[in-house]
Amino acid sequence: MVRYLGRRVLYMAATLLAISLMVFVIINLPPGDYVTALTAKYNVMGQGLTESDIVNLRHRYGLDGNLLQQYWHWITQIVLHGDLGMSFEHEKPVAEVIGPRLGATIGVSFITLLVTWGLAFPIGVYSAVKQHSLGDYAVTTIGFLGLATPNFLIALVFIYFSVTWFGSVPSGLCSPEWCDAAWNLGKLLDLLGHLWIPMLVIGTAGVAGLVRIIRNNLLDELQRPYVTAARARGVPEKALLRRYPLRVALNPFVSTIGWVLPLLLVGDIVVGQILSLPTLGPILLGSLKSQDMYLAGSVIMVLSVVTVIGTLISDLLLGWLDPRIRLGHQR
Amino acid sequence: MSLKESEGIEPEAMTANPADVQRTRASQRELVWWAFKKHRLALISAWFLAVMLVVIALCEFVAPFGDRHRDSEYTTAQPQVLKLWDTDGPDGFRFGLHVDGYTSTQDPRSLRITYEPNPEDRVDVGFFVKGEEYELFGLIPMDRHLLGPKDIDDPMYLLGTTTDGQDLLSQMVYATRVSASVGIIGVLLAFLLGIVFGAISGYFGGWIDNVVQRIIELIMAVPSIPLWLGLAAALPSDMGPIARYFIITTILALVAWTGLAREVRGRFLALRSEEFVTSALLDGSSHARIMFRHMLPSFSSHIIAALSLSIPGMILAETALSWLGMGLRPPAVSWGVQLQDASKWSVLSGAPWLLIPGLCVVLVVLAFNFVGDGLRDAADPYKH
Repeated sequence: MVRYLGRRVLYMAATLLAISLMVFVIINLPPGDYVTALTAKYNVMGQGLTESDIVNLRHRYGLDGNLLQQYWHWITQIVLHGDLGMSFEHEKPVAEVIGPRLGATIGVSFITLLVTWGLAFPIGVYSAVKQHSLGDYAVTTIGFLGLATPNFLIALVFIYFSVTWFGSVPSGLCSPEWCDAAWNLGKLLDLLGHLWIPMLVIGTAGVAGLVRIIRNNLLDELQRPYVTAARARGVPEKALLRRYPLRVALNPFVSTIGWVLPLLLVGDIVVGQILSLPTLGPILLGSLKSQDMYLAGSVIMVLSVVTVIGTLISDLLLGWLDPRIRLGHQR
Repeated sequence: MSLKESEGIEPEAMTANPADVQRTRASQRELVWWAFKKHRLALISAWFLAVMLVVIALCEFVAPFGDRHRDSEYTTAQPQVLKLWDTDGPDGFRFGLHVDGYTSTQDPRSLRITYEPNPEDRVDVGFFVKGEEYELFGLIPMDRHLLGPKDIDDPMYLLGTTTDGQDLLSQMVYATRVSASVGIIGVLLAFLLGIVFGAISGYFGGWIDNVVQRIIELIMAVPSIPLWLGLAAALPSDMGPIARYFIITTILALVAWTGLAREVRGRFLALRSEEFVTSALLDGSSHARIMFRHMLPSFSSHIIAALSLSIPGMILAETALSWLGMGLRPPAVSWGVQLQDASKWSVLSGAPWLLIPGLCVVLVVLAFNFVGDGLRDAADPYKH
């Protein structure tokens, strides 16, 4: 287990390095840098910057020197000081812009992940155990549709019905009268009232994909000789299902954190945009549009790091749950 | 009679059956086709996609109006119903294809103008009518359209109009060309990358395989939409629509090739130890020849299935990207660009037909998925 853990952690470090390189490339892709943008802004305001001001600014933000030196400055600032650079648009350090929203993003994603699991598991198991039943066909059809529909389209359809039936769209995570209130039952109910649309919209593709995987895995497992053997010995059907195939079919739950999490984060970009959630998605989009690259790059990096950590957790859980995976690496 | 049923039958009985004789003599391609035909949903989807391809090729002819057509007199007008006869006219019953014209009413409070079909006002519609001039395939000058109003200035908006007063149907036909081709071209580009890296990785194995697989895992570890968004953000905003189209397609392909590379690698890895590969090697064939002349054709149907299954992801990505305003931009028109119109809820609540392009996305994505599934099942006709 220690070796397995070591491998995974080492691998995560390499992934993080690659991600940081990629984000750095993305930050540097648009022409100009933070100081040129700043200079242009001061020029518009009528306060031209002198040459020495510019040189000083460049030095301060680590923008003098070649790309490699710039990368080194950027990454050491992040790792050692937690300094993600300055946001041009918000005129604040990036960390201050992202910080308050990160919690909401992770919160919404986590709750959605729980709901996704809670829905996908019973549906997937039902669909596999009752293969070829009416319910199975319904589930499979809805699953296909869920995977084929862009999640912003689902959001738009929800908004349409919400407007025509209730006359308004629940935007944000709380109603104005509850936002500043202390936590109590009313605020919780209000939060749930706002959360169900983003959850449904963000989670649909995840549920559809997960149901499909669980169903296929369980179907494979149910055809194994050990299931037939157990049946032949007279093990009751329910106990048999619970004791063996289900445990194996549970693996995808854990292993899919890796891909469900990015899916949820992406869903957040799209849904956050429509429903104006206080999450990272709208910030990312806004910063990309105004080419506020430190902010955009940092959001991409934070999303990627969250994904990578999620994948690491799922790998470790999987190794702990399933000895075949844990021991397979040692051979 | 399928091959499975005939397994227990006596040899003389088998040779007597002409269907079995045909089966044993059939080429692999024919076997794949027979297996594919049994998958009814896949077959219907394949026909649907074939029709779509024809529409894409003839899109100037199929669309009633050109892609720049704008009728500021009718903005956000309701869809019309195509009727074969009417009884409201001055001389009672009258036969003939037509739609109802519009009457406009202005809400006294919000000052918003709404257009509603008016049965009194008849707009005659015909096939192969004269309309806007265009060049078919960019070569043949024509002015006939498959379906359109007989008088070019009359309104015929079967799916309603956009907030700009453009015909939603015509726009959707043009958008289909853009969005579907982004998917297809993007997948072909991704496939080029995927096949090169997958083939090298799977064929040589060892440390090369290790390096390529690690790189692929790294790319897969990054959430794709933020990566796409980040790359697309670097494009200058004054870029021409055609250059933007190709660069967006390339960006999509650059992120999406990894799945295909894995598929190809797996196939190469499985075939590497087959006798025919060894004998080709002993015959002095070069590695490239063995890879692309001997091994690749033996699983081409699997590759086609994998290609067909990766087109939906590409289409969905382009739609999301364009809808977010980071992909294609007007005047280029794709499904995502069209759906931007519907993203303000004040507009959407009065004009649900603006969501119709979304239906198009779902149908096309489903069709590619079904065809891919059918092909994957049919790809190995000897397996039972």
